[in-house]
Amino acid sequence: MAKNVATASASAPVVADKKRNQWKEVWRRLKQNKMAMLGLGILVFMVIIALSADLLFPKGFDDQMISRRFQLPNSEYWFGTDNLGRGILDRMVHGARVSLSIGLFAVTISIVFGGLLGAMAGFYGGKVDNIIMRSLDVLLAIPSILLAISIVSALGGGLFNVMLAVGISSIPGYARIVRASVITLKGQEFIEAARAIGASDKRIILRHIIPNALAPIIVQGTLGVAGAILSAAGLSFIGLGLAPPNPEWGAMLSGGRQFIRDHWPMTLFPGLAIMITIFALNLLGDGLRDALDPKLRN
Amino acid sequence: MSKVMLEARGLTKYFDVPGGKLHAVDHVDFVIHEGETLGLVGESGCGKSTTGRLLLRLLEPTEGEVWFDGENITTMPLKDFRKYRSQMQIVFQDPYASLNPRMSLSEIIEEPLIINRIHNNAADRAKRVRELMDTVGLAQRLLNVYPHELDGGRRQRIGIARALALKPRFIVQDEPVSALDVSIQAQILNLMDDLQDEFKLTYLFISHDLSVVKHVSDRIVVMYLGVIVEMAESQDLFDRREHPYTQALLSALPVPSVDIETRPILLKGEISSPINPPDACRFAGRCPYKQELCDREEPKLREIHPGHWVACHFAGNLVQTEDIIVGGQVVAAEEGEDIDIQELARQEVAPEEDILTEEAAEVEPEDIIEVEEAKSEETIITK
Repeated sequence: MAKNVATASASAPVVADKKRNQWKEVWRRLKQNKMAMLGLGILVFMVIIALSADLLFPKGFDDQMISRRFQLPNSEYWFGTDNLGRGILDRMVHGARVSLSIGLFAVTISIVFGGLLGAMAGFYGGKVDNIIMRSLDVLLAIPSILLAISIVSALGGGLFNVMLAVGISSIPGYARIVRASVITLKGQEFIEAARAIGASDKRIILRHIIPNALAPIIVQGTLGVAGAILSAAGLSFIGLGLAPPNPEWGAMLSGGRQFIRDHWPMTLFPGLAIMITIFALNLLGDGLRDALDPKLRN
Repeated sequence: MSKVMLEARGLTKYFDVPGGKLHAVDHVDFVIHEGETLGLVGESGCGKSTTGRLLLRLLEPTEGEVWFDGENITTMPLKDFRKYRSQMQIVFQDPYASLNPRMSLSEIIEEPLIINRIHNNAADRAKRVRELMDTVGLAQRLLNVYPHELDGGRRQRIGIARALALKPRFIVQDEPVSALDVSIQAQILNLMDDLQDEFKLTYLFISHDLSVVKHVSDRIVVMYLGVIVEMAESQDLFDRREHPYTQALLSALPVPSVDIETRPILLKGEISSPINPPDACRFAGRCPYKQELCDREEPKLREIHPGHWVACHFAGNLVQTEDIIVGGQVVAAEEGEDIDIQELARQEVAPEEDILTEEAAEVEPEDIIEVEEAKSEETIITK
């Protein structure tokens, strides 16, 4: 009953006979989810801070001075200073640019390519499936961090190559998830119905299969951002990622490791930043998944 | 009869399965005339739906051809097939699975128009969508509703509207009402009947529900294990059941009256495997009239009355060779005796008032008490 009322009130306005914009509809539903909006808020805040880092934190990320090293949080250095006397907050804010873009971009690469490959493998089956999945199995056999290392060492360091390496190394996982959902979807009658009205394979994959296979990908993707940031940190740690003194959360975290007993701010704050980012992404991801599912609309 | 619209010639589909080749549809020939409804009946797994899909090229046949309007549509390249595809549509069995859950009603109905570039601007398309919704009896306020918000009957109407969007001439109805409540079934069947008159549609009506098929079809094809066993005008088939399988099948038809006792023929055994079937009558294993020839040779369809085709070596001349159970009674096979089982199965016990009242009197109060006791025991056990 309550659902009926909600549906009626949603379609009751003047636009009742006008087609509603799908994305507006998703956005409307997302807005009703308080937790998702909290997640979105945190992310937007982080992005704004990261973009205006030069303005807000003019000291920059490499303002070294050994005499003020290992300071605990105080009024000038809110998060304390590190082993070289650089402000941890300053470095974190500048590092946010790198870490956020690595996280988001790497996951985008894996979702787009992994998703397409998985969708093709699951949809066409047979030989195509075998060729795609066996090639991905080769990638899967190599530990993803090792794979990222070999890609970066082949292509050379730098932000873009790191993103690429981390993204490529997690393609097989996404491909497998998408393939599994595509195989269950492909047997459904609505796919056959689409074929009966003359839909091309491309249209069936893009319009009918992918939207229905999206839910697990969104969840995996939001978790994947954390993995990507940490993988990038691993690369910096062995000297293949961004060269110091360029700041990056993962690198700061691993850099603080050797001082963890004597000077906790060096590990705590970058770690917190990573955690909060993931948390916000998870909230947003969950909300997005629900908003995209018309069955759950309210 | 009007002209032939669609013809299946030796239509065959084998599926590769671990044990060999599954003969889903095996050299099936039939024609569908313009404007008629051809019923296709048979039990689950006999290849009814596969046949429907083969006609529309949703599956590629292993062998055989489909001719539509005098053109062989089986071998033509998919590009040329496009214009035929819009003339041949399908309505699916499960109105829950056949609609994309992520698309709203208007998007679903609009999709065929977009794909086939029927209207190039959105306003025309929206107008056509509303027209179609009117045609199938969907209220305009449902335009932006998603399938899961609707009941089975309305969902099936969406499926019908989608099939009609391309103005087809031929529609395969793949068990369109078997997933619906009986009251909704009637609505949908009437709707399809109206649409047939309005748009001069030709139907292939696939179903396992005999009463529905009898109601809608002009002619009926009975399939068993991928082959056609009998094909005739609807009334003719019900009057003269020539194939033993048809006899058993039709005898199981329930009659909506308590006064009439139906006497279904119970078939023994199970359906033989459709994987690599031997060259024999596929029904032989369960047939009470089986003779030695049936195990050796597969019977061909032959016309035993005008327009009435049967695939049985002994059709019209059945001799019972094994016991049959008809309406709970064993009819023993006796050497040389020719009992008309068909008549026996069709026999209806006329409502005789004397019998009824006597039976009513027989129920004594004691029996009722016993039943109640049994019930209370049951409840104790469950407690």
